Amino acid sequence: MIRVQTQDFNVPEEYHLISQDNSDGAVVTFVGKVRDFNDGSAVTDLTLEHYPGMTEAVLNQIEVEARERWPLNKVTIIHRVGAMALGEQIVFIGVTSAHRKAAFAACEFLIDFLKTKAPFWKLEAGDKGANWVEARDADEQAAKMWDKKA
Amino acid sequence: MINVLFFAQIRELLGTASVKIEAGEHTQTAEGLRATLAATDDKWAKIMASDKLLVAVNQTISQWDTPIVDGDEVAFFPPVTGG
Repeated sequence: MIRVQTQDFNVPEEYHLISQDNSDGAVVTFVGKVRDFNDGSAVTDLTLEHYPGMTEAVLNQIEVEARERWPLNKVTIIHRVGAMALGEQIVFIGVTSAHRKAAFAACEFLIDFLKTKAPFWKLEAGDKGANWVEARDADEQAAKMWDKKA
Repeated sequence: MINVLFFAQIRELLGTASVKIEAGEHTQTAEGLRATLAATDDKWAKIMASDKLLVAVNQTISQWDTPIVDGDEVAFFPPVTGG
């Protein structure tokens, strides 16, 4: 399930929704939050912009690619857009599978791919004013690692 | 008409989220459309010349030689930073 929304999400509720199937021995979740620093500068809040339509299509495609690589059951990707304060949740990834290795790997793959392929952009506000976050080479490298393992 | 969208700092620098461009012989590829937009003025030329600029044609990340036809939606934006 793919959701792009302004409102916050509830982790126990999302966990409950994906963890009902007793054929799944593994449930792996990841939550990304607004942290209080970036590149040495203080961050006070964050605004996320996206490309409506394309964002959902790319997230669906990323889920399809994960399912081609690992035997997954439930997949949830929630990404928030709009204004977020320090400490707020930005993104939720939840994956279930019969075994833990597939669930861990798929969860990491999903966040690595989301960060480099899905059209979201972060605008950070802090003590030095508002700045668009620069794409990180480390994120691109992380996504490329999955090519070698394929 | 080609519906052209801009996102994040590209949108902010240009001061507009979208423009409509008449399809013609100079807009048959993403590169052609970029050159057409760059010809607007010095500000547009500078922003469209960014080597980090990405293009999506009909909501799919595309190459600069990707064909564009009348009615397409083309978006220009910087590298993505979600997650």
